[in-house]
Amino acid sequence: MKSLIAFLALAVMVGVPVALQAAGPSVPLDAVKVDVTNEASLQRGARLYFNYCMGCHSAQYMRYSRVGRDLGLTENQVIHSMIFTTDEDGELVNPGSLITNAMTADYGEEAFGVEPPDLTLVARVRGEDWLYTFLRGFYRDNSRPLGVNNIVFDNVGMPHPLWELQGWQEKHLDANGVSRLRVVEPGRMSGPEYDRAIRDLVTFLSYLAEPMQVERQRIGVYVMLFLIVFLGLAYLLKKEYWKDVH
Amino acid sequence: MAGNTADKIQGGVLGWVDARFPLSQLWNEHLARYYAPKNFNFWYYFGSLALLVLVIQIVTGIFLTMFFKPDAELAFASVEYIMRDVEWGWLIRYMHSTGASFFFVVVYLHMFRALLYGSYKKPRELIWIFGVLIYIVLMAEAFAGYLLPWGQMSYWGAQVIVNLFATIPYIGPELVTWIRGDFLLSDATLTRFFALHVIALPLVLLLLIVAHIIALHEVGSNNPDGVEIKAHKDENGIPRDGIPFHPYYTVKDLVGVGVFLIAFFAVVFFAPEMGGLFLKPANMIPADPLVTPDLIPPVWYFTSFYSILRAVPDPFMGVVAMGAAVTILFFVPWIDRNPVKSVRYRSFAHKLNLAVFVVTFVSLGYLGLQQVTTLYGELTLRFGVMYFLFFWLLWFHSKERSVLFSIISFLVLVGIYSLYDYTRFDPANSQLLLTAWLLPTVYLFLTMLVPVFKRDLGRDRPVPERVTA
Repeated sequence: MKSLIAFLALAVMVGVPVALQAAGPSVPLDAVKVDVTNEASLQRGARLYFNYCMGCHSAQYMRYSRVGRDLGLTENQVIHSMIFTTDEDGELVNPGSLITNAMTADYGEEAFGVEPPDLTLVARVRGEDWLYTFLRGFYRDNSRPLGVNNIVFDNVGMPHPLWELQGWQEKHLDANGVSRLRVVEPGRMSGPEYDRAIRDLVTFLSYLAEPMQVERQRIGVYVMLFLIVFLGLAYLLKKEYWKDVH
Repeated sequence: MAGNTADKIQGGVLGWVDARFPLSQLWNEHLARYYAPKNFNFWYYFGSLALLVLVIQIVTGIFLTMFFKPDAELAFASVEYIMRDVEWGWLIRYMHSTGASFFFVVVYLHMFRALLYGSYKKPRELIWIFGVLIYIVLMAEAFAGYLLPWGQMSYWGAQVIVNLFATIPYIGPELVTWIRGDFLLSDATLTRFFALHVIALPLVLLLLIVAHIIALHEVGSNNPDGVEIKAHKDENGIPRDGIPFHPYYTVKDLVGVGVFLIAFFAVVFFAPEMGGLFLKPANMIPADPLVTPDLIPPVWYFTSFYSILRAVPDPFMGVVAMGAAVTILFFVPWIDRNPVKSVRYRSFAHKLNLAVFVVTFVSLGYLGLQQVTTLYGELTLRFGVMYFLFFWLLWFHSKERSVLFSIISFLVLVGIYSLYDYTRFDPANSQLLLTAWLLPTVYLFLTMLVPVFKRDLGRDRPVPERVTA
C-alpha cells in the first residue's frame, strides 16, 4: 500500500516538471520577474501599451474603465490618456467600452500579411518570459518586407514599434557561435532603461491577461485559513463521535 | 385506534410527512441505519468526495450557463466576460474548470480502491458496472464541456476525438458529419455539445449515480479486509463490525471534505492552470479552423487511453484498442475470480501486478501528453501492451497455477509480442527495441514465473473471520 502511494507520488513529481518544460521556443528566453501589485509599473506599462501597441492590437475582452479602476486612475485620466477610439458619430467611446481599435482583419492582412492578434490574453498564451524576450528581440533584417525580424518569432509580420526607444539592433554570432543582438544605432533609452520599460509593459500585459490575479491570491489566503480551521473542527468532531467505536 | 397512537408518538410535521412519503424510512435505510464496516481507511473517502465534486460542478455549471453564450461567434468572448465582468465569475469558472480535473482525480482513486479491495466481486458486480458506466458518461460529459470555451485546444481536441469515428469502416465519414451536424466542426457542433453538456449527460449521470448507490446499499459496503460484515450479526440483526453511516461516517467524511477542499481551493486560487494541465495556454486563443496547433494533446484525464490509441499504427485498430481498454473494465468482476477480495490477503505477485498497473496507467497518461518520438512511441507501445497484460494477470492470479501452465502461458505471451517485434525489427533501433522489450517481459517474469520458483510469493494468505481494527 505505502509503495503504491510512493509510486503515484513519484510519477507526479517526475511527470509534472517534464510536462512543463516540454513546449517552448528554440531560443533560450530571458527570465523576467514581474510584480502585478506594483501600480507604478502597471501605469508605465499601460502608457506604453496605449501609445504604441493598441493602434494595431486590440484588447477586446477588457474595458477601459476596469483598467482605470485597477491601476488607480481617475475617469478623466482614462479618457485623456487611454481612449483614442471614436464611435460612428466621431465621439470618443465611453470608458465602459471594450478596448477595440480600427484595425480590421482585411487591412491587417493587407498591411502585415496577418491580422494583428488581440493582446488581452497574450501573456497567458505566450508567457511572460517569451514576451520579455520577444519585445527586446527585434533586429534589422533587410530580407524582410518591413526590414525587421525577431529572434524569438522568426519572420514575424510586425515592424518594430518601439524602435525610437530602443534604437536598432543587429544580429551577429559570438565566439561560441550563438546568435547575439547588439544595438548599432542607439534610441532614446539606454539598454537597461529599455529593459525596464519592457518589463513594465510585460507587467501590464500580465495584468491584462488575468486582471483578478492579485485579488484571487489575496482571497485564497483567507479561504485557506478558513478551511484549516474547518478541518480542525471537523477532526475534533470526528474524534468525539468515534470515541465509542472499538 | 392504533394508527392514532402512532400518529401521536411520532407526531408533528415529520409524522404528517411520513404518513405520505417514506422520509424517515429513507433516512434510516441510507444513513442512520445503514451499517457500514467500521474499518474504512483513506481510500474510502473518494465516494463521498465524488458526490461533493458533482455538486460543485452542477452548482457552478448553473451559474456559468446564465452567462455563457453557446454560439461560435460569442462563446470565447462570453467566457472572458465571465472572467472579467461578471461578479465572482472568475471564481465560478475556475471552480468549474478545476472541478472537472478533480472529478477525475477522485474517480480514478475511487476506482483504484475497488481494485485494491476487490469491491467489484460478488455480490457487488452491478455496483462496479454502474460505476464504469458513470466513468464513461463522465468522460463524455468532460469532453463535451471542453469544447464550449471555443479555444484552439477545445476546437482541435474535439476535432481529433470526433474524427476517431471516421475510422469506422463504411459508415465512418457519414457518422462524423452526423455527429458534428456540419461538414466541419462549427456552430452546429457547439450548440449540440452544449445541450449534451448541460442537460442530457448530467441527467444520465445522476440516474447512474442513484443506481450505483441503491445497488451499494442493497448489498452493503465492502471494506479493506474484504470480509462480509453481514456474516456476523448481533441479536438485533445488526452487523457486529458495522456502525451507522450517520453520524460516524458523515463526520468522518467531513474531515475528508476539509482536506479535499484545501487541495481543491489551493488550485483554484493559486494555480488554476495547474501548469497547463488543467487549463492549456493554447486554449486562450479563440478557435481558428485554419490554424492547426503543433501539438494537440487531450486533457490529462484522457491521455492514458489516448496513448493506447496512438500505440497502434492502424487508425481503426487504434480506436478498437482504445475502446477495448475502457470496455474491458466492465468484465473485471469475471476476470478476477479469486475468492480473496482484499489486497491485504492476496499474494505478492498480485500486489506487484497492481503496483505495475499504477505505473503503467500513469506512464501512459504522461506519454499521451507528449509529442511522439521514437523513444516515446516505443514506450507507449510497451505500456499499452502492459495495460492489457494487467487484466490477463488478474485472471491468472485467480488461483494457484501449475508450474507447467505458468511456464507455457509465459512463453506464449512473450512469444506473441516478440514475434511482432521481429516483424518490425530495425537494426538502427535495435538497442531501444530490446531494452523496451524487457519492460513487459520482466513484468510477466516477476508476476508469473517467480511464483513458480518461490511458491510463497504466489500464495494468498488466510482471510480473517472478522474485520481487523
